[in-house]
Amino acid sequence: MNLKAETGRDIRRKIYNKLALGMISVLGALAIMPMILIFVYILIEGIPALSLDFFLENPKPLGESGGGMANAIVGTVILVALSCLIGLPVGLGAGIFMAEYSYTKTSKLLRFTSDILTSVPSIIVGLFAYAVVVKPLKAYSAWAGGFALAVIMIPILARTTEEILKLIPHHIREAGLALGIPRWRVTMRIVFAGSFAGILTGIILSVARIAGETAPLLFTAFGNNFGFRGLGQPTASLPVQIYNYALSPYKEWHDQAWAASFILLVMVFIVNLLTRVVFKDQRGES
Amino acid sequence: MSEPKALLKIRDINAWFGDKHVLKGPSLDAYENEVLALIGPSGCGKSTFIRTINRLHEEVPGARVSGTIEFDGENIYDPGVDVVNVRKKIGMVFQKPNPFPGMSIFDNVSAGLRLQGIRRRSKLSEIVESSLKKAALWDEVKDQLNKPGVGLSGGQQQRLCLARTLAVDPPVILMDEPTSALDPISTAKIEELIMELKADYTVVIVTHNMQQAARISNKTAFFLLGEVIEHDKTSRLFTNPSDKRTEEYITGRFG
Repeated sequence: MNLKAETGRDIRRKIYNKLALGMISVLGALAIMPMILIFVYILIEGIPALSLDFFLENPKPLGESGGGMANAIVGTVILVALSCLIGLPVGLGAGIFMAEYSYTKTSKLLRFTSDILTSVPSIIVGLFAYAVVVKPLKAYSAWAGGFALAVIMIPILARTTEEILKLIPHHIREAGLALGIPRWRVTMRIVFAGSFAGILTGIILSVARIAGETAPLLFTAFGNNFGFRGLGQPTASLPVQIYNYALSPYKEWHDQAWAASFILLVMVFIVNLLTRVVFKDQRGES
Repeated sequence: MSEPKALLKIRDINAWFGDKHVLKGPSLDAYENEVLALIGPSGCGKSTFIRTINRLHEEVPGARVSGTIEFDGENIYDPGVDVVNVRKKIGMVFQKPNPFPGMSIFDNVSAGLRLQGIRRRSKLSEIVESSLKKAALWDEVKDQLNKPGVGLSGGQQQRLCLARTLAVDPPVILMDEPTSALDPISTAKIEELIMELKADYTVVIVTHNMQQAARISNKTAFFLLGEVIEHDKTSRLFTNPSDKRTEEYITGRFG
């Protein structure tokens, strides 16, 4: 018997094998290409435009050189904080309800609406916030921006929270109940507390997601060039500032938009990194 | 010794999962200081039966119960009875060891008390120690009370779960095949503990292992298709059963 690859069929098979492997390698490389390119490009364009002023100064009026984006950095932090204020209780609460009262009609409805809401284009969420917050209050405001971001955050957070809580097996809940612990305490102190690292990851990822949203902020938080003036006032944000500056005809503004992109990317990157640290801690513990 | 008291009087219990009628009116008494073993083939309703005793059955969506269970003279199914209070008096150890995730050994054992609202650290420490001692786990874990409970071996985890139940000090302890997921040595330890528990508690244990029932119980009830076929002193039931079906089961002709 001849075990060496010598017949035509064997050789053909080997060639096909190599071809297929080569092809999926190329496609795989293509898939990660955009990420690498975006990163490298923003690094190259963004870093030279960075300066201390960029962090400390508000934008200068048209025609003057210099200035920075302190207003947008502060604004983004405020908008994210506001959306967490609204979105965390609602999103976590809905997630807990769906996980713990999984079979109820309310849960099925919640699940269905969350899935739909997740796929609603963010510009439409912006329009909705415009209609229900901006118009009645007759002003663009941080509240409106935070509200729009919260609407995006809630379904994402609710669904991840549900999935994470469902990882706790049912018999753990029964063990809690069998000890004479009231149901809500079983839910909060055993199920919720027991999956805290996962919940935190869900929160962080949803924050990372909304921090970069532009469309919902365009006609809600709107933007301003003077720094933070109060929650009822138009509020700047990095994504909107990037959008405005990138569309301008001025070279200096383009540079600042690059710098802002770089900062936004770094912020999201740090937040993502944070989840890894949280998970590592959890693994090291058990 | 004084006349033994029937701590649990279970009468005509019917239980359903949706349309499925799994318990068809069994009645049983469980006395103080006795170990009552429930045996029978898979699917005969033993587990459902003990889950009606601490009202855990009704937590399953679509499940229903009828009948009465008197604990110390009070029907636990009376309207107005708080299930939380029932479960404080009637504890349970499950088939699979199920320590609470993310909690240390100390927190696991004290969970019942803490989450019922007892805060005093000195009192908790005292009860954690005595419960772990009763569960014969203290010597193995006394230096690592802050380590996670899920890090223990399977047999240790099951003794941790027993300690957790004992910490609440329920007069009745239900056990649903507590050794079926354990190795023989851990099983022997748990069996030994059950025999010691008899001095202070009433134990109702579901087991698939007939030798185990014979070794540790005072009385045995044989379940078949949702009914109690025979309920007697363990020694008599295993040596001289009065029902033909019991005899066939314990001699291994079916089940």
